[in-house]
Amino acid sequence: MKRSKMMELGVGLFMLAGILGLVFLGLRVSGMTLQAPGDTFRLEANFANIGGLKPRARVTMAGVTVGRVSSIELDADWYDARVIMELQGDLEGRLSRDTTAAILTAGLLGEQYIGLSVGGDPETLANGDTVRDTQSAIVLEELIQQFVSNIVSD
Amino acid sequence: MITRIMSLGRRGCDLLEALGRAGIFVAQSAVGVPSREGWHLWVRQMHFVGVLSLAIVLVSGLFIGMVLALQGYTLLVDFGAEQALGQMVALSLLRELAPVVAALLFAGRAGSALTAEIGLMKATEQLSSMEMIGVDPLRRVVAPRLWAGFVTLPLLTIGFSVVGIYGGYLVGVEWLGVFEGSYWGNMQSSVEFVGDVGNGLIKSLVFAVVVTWIAVFQGYDLVPTSEGISRATTRTVVYSSLAVLGLDFVLTAVMFGGLS
Repeated sequence: MKRSKMMELGVGLFMLAGILGLVFLGLRVSGMTLQAPGDTFRLEANFANIGGLKPRARVTMAGVTVGRVSSIELDADWYDARVIMELQGDLEGRLSRDTTAAILTAGLLGEQYIGLSVGGDPETLANGDTVRDTQSAIVLEELIQQFVSNIVSD
Repeated sequence: MITRIMSLGRRGCDLLEALGRAGIFVAQSAVGVPSREGWHLWVRQMHFVGVLSLAIVLVSGLFIGMVLALQGYTLLVDFGAEQALGQMVALSLLRELAPVVAALLFAGRAGSALTAEIGLMKATEQLSSMEMIGVDPLRRVVAPRLWAGFVTLPLLTIGFSVVGIYGGYLVGVEWLGVFEGSYWGNMQSSVEFVGDVGNGLIKSLVFAVVVTWIAVFQGYDLVPTSEGISRATTRTVVYSSLAVLGLDFVLTAVMFGGLS
């Protein structure tokens, strides 16, 4: 009987350790926050060229991550890329209508992300609105091409 | 020529029959979910299969995390990207290494023991005497072992990942001097809970079912001699390892292959 109790204790501790490990993987490794995930709002933006932007890329404001890119698709009317972003819900009604979105690169060869910067318009963007003023990704090859052709023409 | 084809056909039939027997066997015993009366049997198996495998799984996890960090660092530092070390260690552990290596260790440590134990019970006719006194050996002997295996391996896999990530932290941050904030920060921004942790757990659950099934069935179905037991134990380890590695490729292709 004594041994069986010890065994139950051991198994209980083992299962507890497993559950704690899962919590660790959730909070510390995958950076899950405990707030409700439904608390987001959606913005769209059209870019002439998205470069290497991927779904799940960061959306930042002043360098702080405020959301993620949820999907990217081709806008067949204008032949440019429509990027759909999910932002933190508490930013709804705080971004002015002339907010700009630019595709930036972390470091020279790092991942690409979207940087938002706020304008001065008193009217604000609502859920599902489109950001008008956008700046495409800088494609390194195009830059080099321009640079080379400038040198040749000089 | 005809006899060759006949022997091939006979082998095919044998294989199908064994598969069918294994299927019926696992279906009949998995019905015996641990109830209140069977609780202590299940706890005993959880202790044997789980708690006693903890040491080997955790120590291997620690060393694999440390080696990953060491190898990853020497590669990443050439590109000045050693900040991505945490993300590399965490993703390779969660998606691949933890489920696969934990399952292989589990097959060697617990699976072979299950086969030998059940096989010896069969060889010494304990199973048939249980049937004689009206106890269903599938429920009494097989079901607790199956369920213990199903529950244990995912838990061991979680432990493997956690310890491995800490091993990577020890080597990467404490020894090689990667900045601590970027180790955890890059990890958190790239690891998804459902996509990476969840899929890793689904993998380990599949491996748990396959490895325990093979182990228990090989024990139950062996030729009841001492040679038969040794063959069945070897077969358990070989079949489970092959099944784990093969299934891992299929599962990876389904889970992560379609990532655009």
